[in-house]
Formats: sequence, C-alpha cells, structure tokens
Amino acid sequence: MTNSWTDIKNTDLVIVMGGNAAEAHPCGFKWVTEAKHHRGAKLIVVDPRFTRTASVSDYYAPIRPGTDIAFLMGLIRYMIENDRVQWEYVKAFTNASFLVKEEFGWSDGLFTGYDEEKRDYDKSSWDYQIGPDGYMLTDPTLQHPRCVWNLLKAHVDVYTPEMVERITGTPQDRFLKIAEMIGECSSPTKTMTSMYALGWTQHSKGAQNIRGMAMLQLILGNIGVPGGGMNALRGHSNIQGLTDLGLMSNLIPGYLNIPTEKEPDWATYMKSRAFKPLLPGQTSYWQNYPKFMVSFMKSMWGEAAQKDNDWAYHYLPKLDVPAYDMLRMFELMDQGRVNLYFCQGFNPLLALANRNKNTSALSKLKMLVVMDPLETETARFWENHGAYNDVDTASIQTEVIQLPTSCFAEDEGALVNSGRWLQWHWKASDMPGQAKYDTWIMAQIFLRVRELYRKEGGAFPDPILNLTWDYADEHEPSPDELAREMNGRALADVYDLADKTKLLTAAGRQVKSFAELRDDGTTASGCWIYSGSYNEDGNNMARRDNSDPSGMGVYSNWTWSWPLNRRTLYNRASADLQGQPWDPSRPIIAWNGERWEGNDIPDISPTAKPGEVMPFIMNQEGVSRLFSRGMMRDGPFPTHMEPFESPVQNVFNDRMRGNPVARVFASDVEKMGTSDEFPFVATSYRLTEHFHYWTKHNKVNATLQPEFFVEISEQLAAEKGIERGGRVRVWSKRGEVWAKALVTKRIKPMICDGKTVHVVGIPLHWGFVGAAKKGWGPNSLTPFVGDANIETPEFKAFLVNIEPAVGEAVS
Amino acid sequence: MTIAPNMDSPRTATANPPTHPVPPNLGQAHVVRSSAGGPVAENPQPLTEVAKLIDVSKCIGCKACQSACIEWNDTQPEVGVNVGVYENPHDLTPEMFTLMRFTEYDNPDTGDFEWLIRKDGCMHCAEPGCLKACPAPGAIVQYSNGIVDFIHENCIGCGYCVSGCPFNIPRISQKTHVAQKCTLCSDRVAVGQGPACAKACPTHAITFGTKEDMTALAAERVEDLKSRGYDNAGLYDPAGVGGTHVMYVLHHNDKPQIYDGLPEDPKISDVVRNWKGPAKPVGIAAVGLAAIGAAAMALFHRGNSVSQEDEAEARELVQEELRGAPVERPHDKGSA
Amino acid sequence: MVERKFSEPTDEIVQLEPVEVRRYIAFTRWNHWFTAICFIVLMLSGFAFFHPSLYGLTALFGGGQTTRWLHPFVGIALTVSFLGMFFQLVHLNIIRREDLVWTANIKDVITGHEERLPELGKYNFGQKTVFWGMFWLILALLITGIMMWYQYFPHLVSIETRRIAIFVHSVSAVLIVLVFILHIFAALWTRGTLRAMTRGTVTGGWSWRHHRKWLRELARRQRTKPAE
Repeated sequence: MTNSWTDIKNTDLVIVMGGNAAEAHPCGFKWVTEAKHHRGAKLIVVDPRFTRTASVSDYYAPIRPGTDIAFLMGLIRYMIENDRVQWEYVKAFTNASFLVKEEFGWSDGLFTGYDEEKRDYDKSSWDYQIGPDGYMLTDPTLQHPRCVWNLLKAHVDVYTPEMVERITGTPQDRFLKIAEMIGECSSPTKTMTSMYALGWTQHSKGAQNIRGMAMLQLILGNIGVPGGGMNALRGHSNIQGLTDLGLMSNLIPGYLNIPTEKEPDWATYMKSRAFKPLLPGQTSYWQNYPKFMVSFMKSMWGEAAQKDNDWAYHYLPKLDVPAYDMLRMFELMDQGRVNLYFCQGFNPLLALANRNKNTSALSKLKMLVVMDPLETETARFWENHGAYNDVDTASIQTEVIQLPTSCFAEDEGALVNSGRWLQWHWKASDMPGQAKYDTWIMAQIFLRVRELYRKEGGAFPDPILNLTWDYADEHEPSPDELAREMNGRALADVYDLADKTKLLTAAGRQVKSFAELRDDGTTASGCWIYSGSYNEDGNNMARRDNSDPSGMGVYSNWTWSWPLNRRTLYNRASADLQGQPWDPSRPIIAWNGERWEGNDIPDISPTAKPGEVMPFIMNQEGVSRLFSRGMMRDGPFPTHMEPFESPVQNVFNDRMRGNPVARVFASDVEKMGTSDEFPFVATSYRLTEHFHYWTKHNKVNATLQPEFFVEISEQLAAEKGIERGGRVRVWSKRGEVWAKALVTKRIKPMICDGKTVHVVGIPLHWGFVGAAKKGWGPNSLTPFVGDANIETPEFKAFLVNIEPAVGEAVS
Repeated sequence: MTIAPNMDSPRTATANPPTHPVPPNLGQAHVVRSSAGGPVAENPQPLTEVAKLIDVSKCIGCKACQSACIEWNDTQPEVGVNVGVYENPHDLTPEMFTLMRFTEYDNPDTGDFEWLIRKDGCMHCAEPGCLKACPAPGAIVQYSNGIVDFIHENCIGCGYCVSGCPFNIPRISQKTHVAQKCTLCSDRVAVGQGPACAKACPTHAITFGTKEDMTALAAERVEDLKSRGYDNAGLYDPAGVGGTHVMYVLHHNDKPQIYDGLPEDPKISDVVRNWKGPAKPVGIAAVGLAAIGAAAMALFHRGNSVSQEDEAEARELVQEELRGAPVERPHDKGSA
Repeated sequence: MVERKFSEPTDEIVQLEPVEVRRYIAFTRWNHWFTAICFIVLMLSGFAFFHPSLYGLTALFGGGQTTRWLHPFVGIALTVSFLGMFFQLVHLNIIRREDLVWTANIKDVITGHEERLPELGKYNFGQKTVFWGMFWLILALLITGIMMWYQYFPHLVSIETRRIAIFVHSVSAVLIVLVFILHIFAALWTRGTLRAMTRGTVTGGWSWRHHRKWLRELARRQRTKPAE
C-alpha cells in the first residue's frame, strides 16, 4: 500500500477492482465503511461476480476475468477525452512531458522489438530521448508528438467505450457511469483510492493491471495524497514482511537484488545500480544503494566482509536465471532435478498451479521437509484419499519429514501489514505437542551444517563458517535479537556526512535510521528499510499509542512503519509546486518556507525545496512514470492481452495467445485448453469465512462454510441442467473436481466480442485434511503459467467445462 | 460516542470496555417480567434501555458475528454441508443463535440487482411473544434494560416460545432439551461489555449501546442512505411488539420482508394472545365450576338409587324371560 | 338363538337370587382403569402447562422437564388404550332413536323418573355422549398434540399452524376434562354404577332401572342355558 489502512477513511471514492476487500480483508474494509459513513464516500466494485464487497457498493459493474487492462485504458481514455485530468500534478509530478525515442511504437497488440522466437522484447526503443547533458529531453507544454502524454493519448485511443464493452463484457452504460464517478476525482480536492489484491496479480499480465490503475491514479493526481494511492491488500498477514525481507530467490532484504551470473564482481554489480538522476538537482534515493548493500554484507558476514574483498561479494550466489520462482522450482522438480525441498509455512500442493503437476513433482523428490503449525496437504501428498487425492502411495519414494512449528499466537515478533506497519505481537499461548519455533529449527539445521563444513571442509565453506551468528543462545535466536539485527548498528562511530565532527551514533549502538548507514563498512543492517524499527529508543514496533491528533488516521505512534515510520509514501506529492496541500482540508505535510512539516514523515529531504526536488525520489526521474521505459518485460504501457486460456481471441492480434512474453514451460503448453473444448471462464477466489487453507482446520470456520462449491449463473445452470445444491463435475485440460453447485443471480452471462461468456466461480478453501468436508482447490484446474514479470500464477482466468455429476466422491 | 463513567451499560461495543472488574448486574433485582408468573423484582432497579443496532447497509456478511457467537457461547455446532446457499448453518439452531441470511433481490424500481444480507437473531422485543407463551415460571425473563433472557434451569423444553415468537427465533436443543436463542450477551452486558457479535463485527455494522444512542446513530445512517438514493431507508423498530432492543437500519424499510422474510408488522399472534389470554381463566373457571357443581350435586342431591322394588322387578323380568313367557317383544323404537 | 342387539357377548346374568349381571369383563375393566390413570396423569400434567398457578403439579412427576416429555407419551398410551375400549364398546354406543327421547326428557332422568322414559339398551345417551365426547376430543388432542410435540416433530407444521394446534389442544383439553367430570359425576350419582367397573357386575335392579332392554335381552339370551 502506498497509504495505510487507516488512511482509507479520508477518501471520497473507493474503487475495488482486482480484489474483494470486504470478503478477503474484512477488518481493513472497516475503513471503507468509515469513509462512507463519515465522508459520504462512494464505493465502486468491478468484478466478474457480484461479491460481498459489491453488496455494500454504490455502483457495480461486471467484467470478464482477465480483461482489466482494457477497462483501465478505457478509463484513461475517458479522462483525457473529457479533460478529467489533474493537470498541474500530471505536468509536474509525472513523466508526461518527457520525450520518448522515435523508434518506439505499438501495433497489432505488440510493442516495438518483439522477438517471437525468444518470446521477449528488445526494449532498447522503450526509453527517453536523452540530451547531450545526460538529462532527458522534455516538452513541458505537452505539444511534442513524442512526449509521453501524446504517446499515451495515442495508445489508449483504441479503448473506446465500445471497445471496452467488446473486450470486457462490461455494458457501456455501466462503464461510462463509473468513468464519470472516477472523473470527479481529478479535482485536487477529491481523491479516489484503489484497493486491489490477487484479482489483479494472479494473471499472466498481473503487474500491468496494477500499472494501469497506477497510471489512472497519477492522471487524477491521487498518488501521495490522503485518501488516495495504490493500495495492494496483501493476502497473508505477513506477506508484506516476506517481500520486505526478500524471501524470494532473486532478492536480498530491503528490495536489493541477488546478483546474476552477468555480475561476477562488485564493480559490475554496482555499475548498473548507479541511479544517476535524470533531472538536474533531483534526489535519486537509490544512489544510496551501496550503503544499504554494504551494511547488509556486514550484517551477514561481519569481519569477513571487508572493502578489499568487495565485502565478501563472492559469498553471494549468482543467479543463472532471472529467478527460481515457485513455478520454475516445481518444473525443475518435475524434471527430477531437485532432491530436497524445504517447505516452510507453505502448502504448494494446493497453492501452486496445476495440482497434478505438483504431485508428480513432489513424488520425484528424495526428501521433503514440511515446517508448518498445521497438517498440510503437501505433507500428505503421498497419502491416498480417494478421489480427493488419488495417488499410488506405493510408487512414491519421497521421504517426508514434518516439523511442527508455532502458530502466530504462540510466538513473538512483528507482522507487517499491507500498510507497511511492523506490528509487534506477543505470545498468547504455548505451542502444543512437539512444536518448535521456526527459528529454533533453522538454528539447529544451521549449526549442524556448519559443523559438517568445519569437519569436512567442502567445496566452499566460507559463507557458512563466517556467517554472523552471535545470538545469546546460538540454538535459539530471539525475536528481539533478530529485530535489532535488521535495524542495524554502528560498528564504528558514525558521523554526520556533512559535518564530520558531529557524532551521530557511537560504535556498538543501534543506528537511528537508514540515513546513518554507510558504505565504508562502519555500519551493519540486515534490512535497511526496517532501519529505525528498533533503535536506541527501543522497540518502536511495540508502541501502542493510538492517539491521532490530526484526526486523519495517521497514528504515528502506533507501532512503526517502514520507511522511517512514514505512513503515506510519496506524501510530498500531496502538496503542489509551492508546497501547499492540494486539499487544504486534508493536509499531511506542507512547506513552511524552510522545511516540510505536518502529520507524517515527509517522503523527501525535510529541506528539499518544492519546485526544485520532485516528489518521486525513488525514481531517477524524480517524477512518476506514465511510461515505464524498459522496466517491465511486457511493455512501457499496459496493453490488452487475453489470458492464456480465453474464450475469445485478442481483438488486436488473433495470433497472440496470453501474454506474449510470459514464460511457458514446454511441458505446460500442451496442457492449455481451448474454448471449443472448455467453453467457460473460471476464476478462483477466497471466501470471507476462511483464510486460505488454514481455517478449514478450525471447526468454527468449517461450520460457517463447510463444503467445496462452485458458483454459476442461473442461465448456465439451466443450460447444463444443474440444480442448486446439486453436485457438478468441473474439469479443465489439467484436472477435474467435484463440487456442490451454488446457482446464483450474482453471476450473469456476459457478451464479449459477440460471444456469450459464462463464468464459473471456484473458491479455494478445501483440501483433504482438516475439520471441513473434503474437497479440492481450484489448482486442480489452473494453468501452470505466471505473470511475465514476477511469475505469479494465472489463477484468476482460465477455461473449464462443467456438467451435473451423480453420486458422492469416494474418500 | 463515549462511555460515561457511571453507565450501567456500555455505550457502544466500540468504546473500550471497562478493564476494572464491574459488579455484574442483570440479576433478579433487574427482572421486570418473568414467564408464567415467575418471580419479578418488587422494585426493579431501573437500567438504561440498551439496543443492538444492525446496519444492514454496512454489513458485508462475513459471519464474524456467527463465529464470535459460537465461541463466546461455546455452542460447538456440527460441521454441515453446502446446499447451494451461503447460509451456514442453514438456519438458526440451538447451537447457532445468530445467522447471516442472504437474499438475491432484483430491485424492480431501479432495475439493479442487490444482495441483501441480514443478521438474523433474537430481536429482544419490548413485548416478547416467547415470554407470553412460556408455561414455565421464570424460564424467560426480561430485565429492566430490555434484554429478554432464557433461564435454562427453569426451561422445560416444550417449544411454546417458538410458537410465541413473531420472528421464529428460539430453537429447542435436542441434546439438552432447553430453548436457545441470542441472549444479547447478557453475561457480557452485565459486566459492562458489549455483545460478542458487535465486538467482532469488522465494519461496525453491529453496534451496541443505549437505545437512545442507537436510535440517534440510526438516524444518521438513514440520512446517509437517503443521500445515496435509498428514499425508503429507515429504522426497523417495530411497534407491534412494543419496539425491539435489536434494531435494523434497512435501505428498504418499506419492504422489510425482502430481507429474507423480516416481518412487516410483527406482533404476538392473536391465537397466542387468546390461548394465553381468555382461554386460561375461562378454561380454569369452566373446569372448576363443573367440578364444584358436580361435587355439590353429589353431596347435597340425593343420588339416583336402585330400590328394592327395582330389584324385585328385575327378578320378575328375568324369571319371565328365562321361562320364555310370551311377552311383548321389545322394540327399539322406544315408546313408553 | 336370540338376536343380540343391546348387549355384548360377554354380558350375562350371573346370578338369579338376587339378580346380578356381568357388565364388563376383566379385560375391559383393566383397559378402562389404565385409560383412566393415563387420563388423570395427562390432566394433571396438562394443567401444569395450562395455567401458571397449576405449574406446581409438575412436582408430581419430578419437575417440568419430566412432565414435558412424559405428557405426550402418556397421551399416546391413552390413545392406544382408549382405542381398545373404543372397539369393544363402539357398536352399542351408536346413537339410536330412543336416545333422542331420553334426551328430550332429561329432566325425568335427573329427578329419577326413569319409568317415564323408554327402555334403554346397555348405554343411555349420557353415557354415549361421554363415549363420543371422549373419542372426538382424544382424536383432536392426539392430532394437535403431535403437531406440538416439539421433541420429535419440530418441523411437522408451520409455526402458525402450531399456534392454532396449541389453542385447539387447550380448548379440547378443557372440554375433555368437563366430559371427564360428567363421567365421574354420573357414575357416582347413579348409585350402583361404579361396581360395574370394579367388580364387573351390577345388580338386577340397577339394570332394570337404567338399562331394561339390555337386561331383557340378556335374560332372553339365557333362556336355553339357565343360569345356575
């Protein structure tokens, strides 16, 4: 989230699209009801189903799964055509005026540089025209035909309301009504907030969906302002913490990168991370990258990381592929190329695309270790449960070790919420049985592995032997110690860079914030963005002061949010070029002539003069990007792409299937279905009664939603002879499931490109262990393909067939 | 809204409840009505009237209220099945005191589809039909703050309360054979806490406080709904049962029945009123008078006795007939 | 063979000096008293639920819960038992022409001038009224009782129907108790009646006085096989 949950109460309009906040985030959704009740805010829901969020909305429109980009580009077109643009914001705070290379273009649904063989773009033309001084060429009048604004205008021109209806199935009148409501928020004193979640990410072009809305929000001037922003509602209570800490194969804590093979040494690695400002006088904050990276290396390897050994850069693994994401890992596993898999707090058998492939992959492991507080299907993947898990146990040789761990209420530490708040919590009860803390288990493994390296040497023992492990009890690092380590400390006295005589933090003490981190090896910090969370003031994450002097839901003294306890990112953009709030009734920060001051920590140097330093300091440009250059694999603008499995062809290019640059493994291509065999669009989702595959273990939750079902329209039910509450069989090219039929008016057939499209809704909370009735997850049906940029599987749009079923499934 | 220091009930469920121990109220001293002539307090201590306000327009149907209700009351319902609807369990049960009811409604006036979600449960009527119907003294009581509570040790499990209730709320447990329903968390309210459902509600669709405050809050909500085009928005506090201590804010207060059959004008059934009204004294009087009359007649009136003459006549008749004397063949037309 | 029209096969004159007539065999008497006990239990337990002032009667049965489950089962027992009685007695309880005359002259019955009335068979109209009253009211109580038997038939009828059922049950109960009072009163007031249900026999005088046609028929039936 750019903003915080509590900030949603400041909005005038909420758009929930690509999410279902009321059902999947009911507690956070309270701030929507606050905004509605106390500000008269309106709520728009765009969703294939009339969800529980829609039930409390002011306006709803249906949309065909996987066509959000067309809808969003249509909205942008409407804003431009009807002058619903926050011009001052767009001109000053976005790259609208930047000139783009002459070669860049778009035709037949593709941008310039597409290589069908490689399934990739040559992105060299997707960039700005750079002047001889090294800065960009711009046209502040937005007249130049190559400026971003005019290119954007041309790009969205095709998305007329008619085209939007043709692609998305959203009736034009509904689309236009929504466009009109949104258009009002182009006023500097009206804001819209976007709340989205996996309804946008779980597509082969998920990142582009989000780009689309981010661009719309920029055009309306809604980023950085109270009640605005792009608010990603995270799907797990600590998934924000997971990404912050870089629990991805290609990340280092704090959104630093694992080097690739092409970056064999420190100098090469740093060269591509110079982040030189593209505007004169601009702050480009990532220029501090070396400070964060060196501090990380010092935190990891202490004395072993020195300037003369490039901070032990050679200890870091070098990626031979962009990432070992989940899809790739299971592909490799299925190819028999993985021996041992550690599965910690994860249930991939049901959570990863194409269940049959998952089973096959896990069956090829030598050993599977499952660390989880709950019994998971993954740990029992080898066990035959009739139709629910029809495996030949005798043929599976994988050794499975289950290590029971603590549940959230049984341990201490911080969970990071969607609004980046690190909220410390305390243990409420002891772990049952033989359960152990994850940290204890990891420590045991580490200590034993280190001992082996010590005794036997091995190919490359140094990174293990030299790893910093200075916990009071080496067998059990405490949450407190780990939190301090992430905050970081001074290894030597740290002085002010501007005034070398001014001691900031003495050696051995916790650094106040990442501003004190240094690239000379005098500081260590495990996760620079968390720097400040646990400094000499104590554990700031444990703060529980809920006072809110401004009444704007800032709650600055409630726990701690990264970065620097800042509650709204880009909050500098909430003020105009003179530094005064766009909306004086909702000020967060303002320029008082000398400094930025206000209710929140300014997202800019407190003394950076307005008009000189632009607000988006994490970009080299200093402004936000309507045109994202070559930073995304599938285009600098979002362009409509069909899901890999779609009932209709791409209207721009009938040869194009799905996202043209998304990675598809050869073995998965033949597992893609077509609409003649699988005529119905399926989409998966959560229900508010459950949390993922956890709460089916809880009898209360199981009571409230006991059994697997699918939702279909009355029309489809009539067409197929399916009765409410009857059993149905749903199958795709990859598998089949049996479910109860929930026949509803809340799903209605849509007309897309002249074709009637029926949607089958498939909720995801049932498996073959737990208190609820046995069932299946939608991943028995879903395709094994992910987003082109981040490989999130395409769970939200795929093709199935459905028929009435007889008899009960055998277990 | 704030919590006044010496309130006898929490103002709202969202206000932080007292953390210091509060002497529980809602005992016999606060009983203003009791079923079947059960004991009521002679001078009941007056408590501020409370109410739970359910704002249907804020409710997202998440069932957190059901979950909280199950947990607080520790009712342990069984895991059921899906029958093609969102309601689970499928109805109120002795183990499920509150239930989200989902109605798919095509609004004929606007042409729009609406998904109406209503939390069902005891309305805590000012004139409770259950209490009127109950034959067991003290099994159903009403406290001076308006809460209608079932006292299980007095309950006999007859199910009369089910017939008495205009809202079809009470359920009889087949395990414990007592009637069950929402208590408005009388055990929590008694110590200054709000009901568990209100506490758990993430969107403040359920709030709890004094009836006065809840009515005022409802007015605010109704105004907001009217500004959104719900011209018939209103507060459901039906007069037919003297008002209720659970009230709804409805977008369509002119048509409460569209919310899965919320009664338009609920009142205690005339049949129940007659049964529990005139029938009782008239019946008792009739039986009593008959018994007394019969006894008096038996005591003071000479009985119809058989005389010696009768015996003689009988002997004669029998002898005659046995002998086969030609006597007049008795005919059954029977004239003297 | 004399036609049997006003008597049961088991009715007979068992003694001539003085005349003594068997009116009910042991089975019928047991049947009657079992029904009677059921009735009393039902009446007392029903009263407990009927009026709060009588709720204390539940103590007789071990409390409200027990009374609540006992009552319907006893009701079933009574119904079964009564049906036994019913089939034994029904054909002599058919209303006949002389019953109307008897009713028209009920004043003579009360004042003891039965000689002014037509000769009667085994039952007079008063007894028949008790019989049919019991029958119809038991039927009503049974049907409505099942409708309100919550433990086993919670969803048999709608709540609205159940409300009516409870009302009908209450009214029927009051009526059947009135019939019951009439029954007892008549049995006691008409001296010499009670022994019919205790010893099983009545005197000849009683028979002559109240049910002469019945006595006559019995005597005729015994013409060929004189009593001892």
